[in-house]
Amino acid sequence: MERAAAYENDLINLKATELRLGLPGTDESEKQSSRNNKRSSSEMDNSCEKDEQECAPAPKAQVVGWPPVRSYRKNVLHQKNESDLSGMFVKVSMDGAPYLRKIDLKVYKNYQDLLKALENMFKCSIGVYSEREGYNGSEFAPTYEDKDGDWMLVGDVPWDMFITSCKRLRIMKGSEAKGLGCL
Amino acid sequence: MINYFPEEVLWHVFSFLTSHPDRNAASLVCKSWYNVERFSRGKVFIGNCYAISPERMISRFPRVRSLTLKGKPHFADFNLIPQDWGGNVYPWIVAMAKGSTNLEELRLKRMVVSDESLELLAKSFPNFKSLVLVSCEGFTTDGLAAIASNCRFLRELDLQENEVEDRRGQWLSCFPDSCTSLSSLNFACLKGEVNVAALERLVARCRNLRSLRLNHAVPPDALQKILAQAPQLVDLGADSFVHDPESETYNKLKNVMQKCSSIRSLSGFLDVNARCLPSIYPICINLTSLNLSYAPGIYSKELVKLIHKCKKLQRLWILDTIGDKGLGVVASTCKELQELRVFPSDLHVVGNVAVTEEGLVAISAGCPNLNSLLYFCQQMTNAALITVAKNCPNFIRFRLCTLNPTIPDAVTMQPLDEGFGAIVQSCKGLKRLSVSGLLTDQVFLYIGMYAEQLEMLSIAFAGDSDKGMLYVLNGCKKLKKLEIRDSPFGNMALLADTGKYETMRSLWMSSCGVTFGGCKTLAEKMPRLNVEIINEGDEMEGRPDDRQKVEKMYLYRTLVGPRKDAPDFVWTL
Repeated sequence: MERAAAYENDLINLKATELRLGLPGTDESEKQSSRNNKRSSSEMDNSCEKDEQECAPAPKAQVVGWPPVRSYRKNVLHQKNESDLSGMFVKVSMDGAPYLRKIDLKVYKNYQDLLKALENMFKCSIGVYSEREGYNGSEFAPTYEDKDGDWMLVGDVPWDMFITSCKRLRIMKGSEAKGLGCL
Repeated sequence: MINYFPEEVLWHVFSFLTSHPDRNAASLVCKSWYNVERFSRGKVFIGNCYAISPERMISRFPRVRSLTLKGKPHFADFNLIPQDWGGNVYPWIVAMAKGSTNLEELRLKRMVVSDESLELLAKSFPNFKSLVLVSCEGFTTDGLAAIASNCRFLRELDLQENEVEDRRGQWLSCFPDSCTSLSSLNFACLKGEVNVAALERLVARCRNLRSLRLNHAVPPDALQKILAQAPQLVDLGADSFVHDPESETYNKLKNVMQKCSSIRSLSGFLDVNARCLPSIYPICINLTSLNLSYAPGIYSKELVKLIHKCKKLQRLWILDTIGDKGLGVVASTCKELQELRVFPSDLHVVGNVAVTEEGLVAISAGCPNLNSLLYFCQQMTNAALITVAKNCPNFIRFRLCTLNPTIPDAVTMQPLDEGFGAIVQSCKGLKRLSVSGLLTDQVFLYIGMYAEQLEMLSIAFAGDSDKGMLYVLNGCKKLKKLEIRDSPFGNMALLADTGKYETMRSLWMSSCGVTFGGCKTLAEKMPRLNVEIINEGDEMEGRPDDRQKVEKMYLYRTLVGPRKDAPDFVWTL
């Protein structure tokens, strides 16, 4: 049992030399990934923090009672996590793409975050939103189907309202989107 | 000479003695002092409910008005103790009811409280004023209803982090219209609905209400109405905060907050949209205590903006999502900080880089008045701890918890002995210490040598041999509570100085090297100790071998012998 300490020590040293899939320097990043980690085993896309989690040395089994946090606290935060994690996964289609993707809207804090992620995911450029012109001038325009079944331009309503009403996303070709961009 | 003072004079003098150690000391001087003291003691503190029986307590302190009781050992908080271990308050309430004690205040920690207990409490003490339950369990909202209905002069109902079963009842509505005496109401830990209308009326008629902590079920628009009725509040807890910064409710809340200029302490925010935080900016400047440790929804950026405004903060509880940079902001803003607790936000992920030694060093540099710390961190270094020790020599409580329990110095890969050594050497007033990380016997040598005021020590996954534990037992003269888990200390250390345990409140050892034989020897030698073994699983049949290691041992001094309520899995040797 005394050897437990030494064993743990070896594991820590191992971690320093292990191979990882993530980009160098991706250890310290935004805490949003903490939510993702619950699903990390099935996701292959996006952030490198998740990759690190998948490749982390397995033997970090949960030690009973460590870290020493009151069960009350654990339960409260866990429940909050669960209710947050029920997630807001919506399908994202892009005109011309062979298959759809799915993203969790709760991961993003605002439109900027979301659009950047979409740009990365689909390797396209969406540009900047303006109230008057929509995404005019861009190659692509993001749209979404709301609770009423209408197709709306992404960006018009406050973010919080958007994530509760968005059912699915569609990245339209700029030429098609002109109709939505201006009134 | 002093024996010729009439008792009334002694009585008057003793009325100035408020601390328990002082009163205990006074009662040891002579029989006369003992008697005057015991009749004049109104507040009784019992750190281990099994150290004494209720009857003996009452017969020694017949005029007790306020009783504080602690039940389960500290490690019970971390699931190391099975259900039904004990710590039931019922016998105490029965005894006091029988003895016609004029009980006004009851404060319980880690005890089992049944509805029956609460009902008996509510009906037996007509002057009952204050109930404070911390980390307790066993009761439901029915018990609370009994308190609300019957305690006519109730001033304080403070429920902190209890496991309460919520029944479909209306406990809050049970406060009669005649109840106007509440000054403190905290039901943040309740999970169920409350009658919001009844709550609003209650707040409106309790003009002395100073502290109010609501649970998640009180919606934001109700919060706003309640605050409008209680601008005199000093302490506010709200779990359900506004979500939409464009809403009417948000505006109303913002306006009402501005009038709450007495608020000094804030907590809750379990469910909040960080963009609504500006509504509390007006009160930030006056805040001395802020607890955001249950607010995972507030990201670092918003948190930092908030903290920038809290220049008078003395106590801060947060999640490690604040990050080292955020702690840097705390360090440069909160110059009067005395207590800091940084809790882990995500317990399921190892490798979650949240705070490191850098954040702690920054805090120590910016906040010289820091005297109490609880810090869950990803990593630590000796150099950092040495710097912290130099910057903050005033620590009374220092609890460091590395998420990996045996992680070495992140830079040198050495054990963290030197770092903790520096802490105990520098902080001469240190009373409570929790160590973690890779640690050898050396750290315990330092602790034994320097930690002269240490009363409570928590050890996990540390040390190399019995020497470690011996250094502590021999050196720390004021040690009261020692709790050890997963460390290589065995019978030799346990039995070296058995008399020591009568000077302490309790010793916990789990997953260490002590055996049944060793514990039996100790129990035989020391009749005034209860040596309890907790054995779950199938070792019930027959006595185990003396050489077998003990899973969990809890020993404590007591005047009343083995307890009669020990469950099957607890053996008192």
